Amino acid sequence: MTTQPNTQLHDNVPGGPLDEKWTKHKFDLKLVNPANRRKFEILVVGTGLAGASAAATLAEMGYSVTSFCVQDSARRAHSIAAQGGINAAKNYKNDGDSVHRLFYDTIKGGDYRAREGNVHRLAEVSRQIIDQCVAQGVPFAREYGGLLDNRSFGGAQVARTFYARGQTGQQLLLGAYGALMRQVNAGRVKLHVRKEMVDLVEVDGIARGIVTRDLTNGKFERWAGHAVLLCSGGYGNVFYLSTNAKASNVTAAWRAHKRGAFFANPCYTQIHPTCIPVHGEFQSKLTLMSESLRNDGRVWVPQDDGDARAAGTIPEGERDYYLERKYPSFGNLVPRDVASRNAKQVCDAGRGVGTTGKAVYLDFRDAIKRDGRDMIQARYGNLFDMYARITGEDPYSVPMRIFPAVHYTMGGLWVDYNLESTVPGLFVLGEANFSDHGANRLGASALMQGLADGYFVVPATIASHLAGRVLQPVDTSHDAFAQAEAASRQRFQALLEVQGSRTVDSFHRELGLICWDQCGMSRNRADLEKAISSIRTLREAFWQDVRVLGDAQSLNQNLEHAGRVADFMEFGELMVNDALQREESCGGHFREEHQTDENEAKRNDEDFCHVTAWEHRDGKPSQRHDEELKFESVHLSTRSYK
Amino acid sequence: MTASATDDLTLTVHVWCQAGPDQPGDFVTSEVSVSPDTSFLEMLDCLNEQRMAGGQEAIAFDHDCREGICGACSLVIDGKPHGPEQETTTCQLHMRTFNDGDAIYVEPFRAKGFPVLRDLVVDRSAFDRIQQAGGYVSVNTGSAPDAHAVPVPKPAAEEAFDAAACIGCGACVAACPNASAMLFVAAKVSQLALLPQGAPERDARALSMVEAMDGEGFGNCTNHFECAAACPKAIPVTHIARLNREFLRSSLMPRS
Repeated sequence: MTTQPNTQLHDNVPGGPLDEKWTKHKFDLKLVNPANRRKFEILVVGTGLAGASAAATLAEMGYSVTSFCVQDSARRAHSIAAQGGINAAKNYKNDGDSVHRLFYDTIKGGDYRAREGNVHRLAEVSRQIIDQCVAQGVPFAREYGGLLDNRSFGGAQVARTFYARGQTGQQLLLGAYGALMRQVNAGRVKLHVRKEMVDLVEVDGIARGIVTRDLTNGKFERWAGHAVLLCSGGYGNVFYLSTNAKASNVTAAWRAHKRGAFFANPCYTQIHPTCIPVHGEFQSKLTLMSESLRNDGRVWVPQDDGDARAAGTIPEGERDYYLERKYPSFGNLVPRDVASRNAKQVCDAGRGVGTTGKAVYLDFRDAIKRDGRDMIQARYGNLFDMYARITGEDPYSVPMRIFPAVHYTMGGLWVDYNLESTVPGLFVLGEANFSDHGANRLGASALMQGLADGYFVVPATIASHLAGRVLQPVDTSHDAFAQAEAASRQRFQALLEVQGSRTVDSFHRELGLICWDQCGMSRNRADLEKAISSIRTLREAFWQDVRVLGDAQSLNQNLEHAGRVADFMEFGELMVNDALQREESCGGHFREEHQTDENEAKRNDEDFCHVTAWEHRDGKPSQRHDEELKFESVHLSTRSYK
Repeated sequence: MTASATDDLTLTVHVWCQAGPDQPGDFVTSEVSVSPDTSFLEMLDCLNEQRMAGGQEAIAFDHDCREGICGACSLVIDGKPHGPEQETTTCQLHMRTFNDGDAIYVEPFRAKGFPVLRDLVVDRSAFDRIQQAGGYVSVNTGSAPDAHAVPVPKPAAEEAFDAAACIGCGACVAACPNASAMLFVAAKVSQLALLPQGAPERDARALSMVEAMDGEGFGNCTNHFECAAACPKAIPVTHIARLNREFLRSSLMPRS
């Protein structure tokens, strides 16, 4: 790949004081007259928090919206699985929170690799999100006085996280889904389920439509519009084992990338510290235990390596509560990347627990002693039940065993302040974009960002495109649609025609293992170089030896999976390459060559205080572009949670 | 310390296979060996890998999050929606529940309102259409008052939450001898009836949603309570009682 950047990317963040940018920008944006909005057709791909909230809100405003999801219902998008909570700078706890503090925590949490303007806007609109969700009937946790309760989450020293037991994502998504259903009922949103976007269509360099494949009958369909919103989630499943849903994939984003949308910071992946450890070779996915557990659970391993005694028999003096020891002020609530890396370090040192040695304890003994079993059950009952169901162990009597797992991807398609990609008319929202979390996402910030983008940001900024450009009438008979459809058909046909000997899943597992071993929690040049060549070899093998059964004209889950794995095979190489060229450690990207004496991440602000955005070029190495990050309000410092 | 058994279970699995919506279907029998620590869906994954290795197409089944929250997985296992464990979705059911040598029967959710698309995959879009009839609060983005403007008593909030825990999987329908969707409808109606935010549309909601339910071909409730027994989220039938009261209330209100 080309590592010399050519152009500088422009973020289009408006000038002026940080806390006035968004207000000023909204005023400066062109508007679309309410009577004209119905003339604009907006295509929204994905119905998670970002997609559902954007589709519903745009329809409420009067736009004509068509919405797509791969699931059998819009309500099942993977946002539903988010457990812990959603941040908002409400300061309801009177503990010194503010928009600026949420902004600051997010910038610092992201290891100074996010854009100030975007993050400040996120913190500003966070408050309105809570208002909106409560008005929709989202049943947030409340106190006896009837007001909303908050808790604190990793990387923050204030309690600003709103939650609905351990099902916050579910309740927020059902709120957005309700809003979407209301617009479907009103005829302003046309909803299509079990349809997968397989290509982006551009006319005169502007995103004007998509091609979908109907997952029930294999039919390819063309959809024309004035703008396309990609809300298709992250790419964590490139690692095969992750906490992502099985259908989560990179295809929509990757197809857009191959049509000209730059892909930014793909190496920023988040490994979540509190997941249930891997149990065996047929494991199909990993299960997250909400980070909120770290509010009361204490993380420890035996002091001596190879100590195989049962947890309960290890005396206090022979336990190493390593997070409390190393980070006295944040303790067990250090950010995710720090917690994950430390778990890896103690396991690598032979102090891991359980049959595989790849786990650490998360112990509630002291919390139960202090607050009583009932209180702990009220706080985490559903999580404890889930743990017991999966592992067959009772976490009230023995400590949980946890290990990090791939959870979220901070990288994504590059967008400017308007959330518009490098393809005009293509907007990217939620986890699918790269914008707000820098190199590490703080807990309870994903739900906030997805809803901020969908409810409040894009409904305003989309006018910059719709009112700011001359959009010629385009329909699906245009040649660009025919070409995109033909290419898509050909791609699926090619998968069926390989007729090799290995299953799709076996390739996906192998790709995942390469990524996890060589581009996971800890990375180095030699491994990354090896990973690139392994992925290339595997990709060739895939196209020569994959066996996809069935046909392309019926419900064929094997073919669906094959299409997604084919894209992961290409994407994986880009991710590893990005990790290779970023010669520093920051957030979730830890390069072994760049660490402090205490094994903490060592940034290189001199050379890498920028976003790396990759341009796809057919048959040629990807071209690197940089967006310089300018910090006007925050002083770059070493991120310390000691 | 770990409870994981190491001996694999060998099982005879009879799975419903059906090529398409209007095609005839039948049970297909296979043997499969898995670790007791695998989930039920991982057992089906193994079965499918085995089938594909032998040149047979994989059996289609719906699944996604595999952590019991998205509601995509379904399946009637040995006659029970989501299988033998209480308050457990199929994806969270683990093979340690079964014994070596067991025969297991796997079928799709069966109901007029849930037509089979292929094998174990059914079309549950009727649930979306019921929601469209009124399962929401009509509040446009940006028009909400401050979240603390309307306090909600904690008991009401908790009970609303119990109802809101519904994942829309449809086990209630599959379990009901009448294929009624009353528990599903009740969960949403009850959640919004308990919260002040749902009050302005309360008069119409129950009636509209029940009409939509009837229109989709779901039956009525005759108090078998199989729905609550099958519900992976333990939503109690008291919400159906509330739905009935809400329905009566709506019926007596003038329709606008």
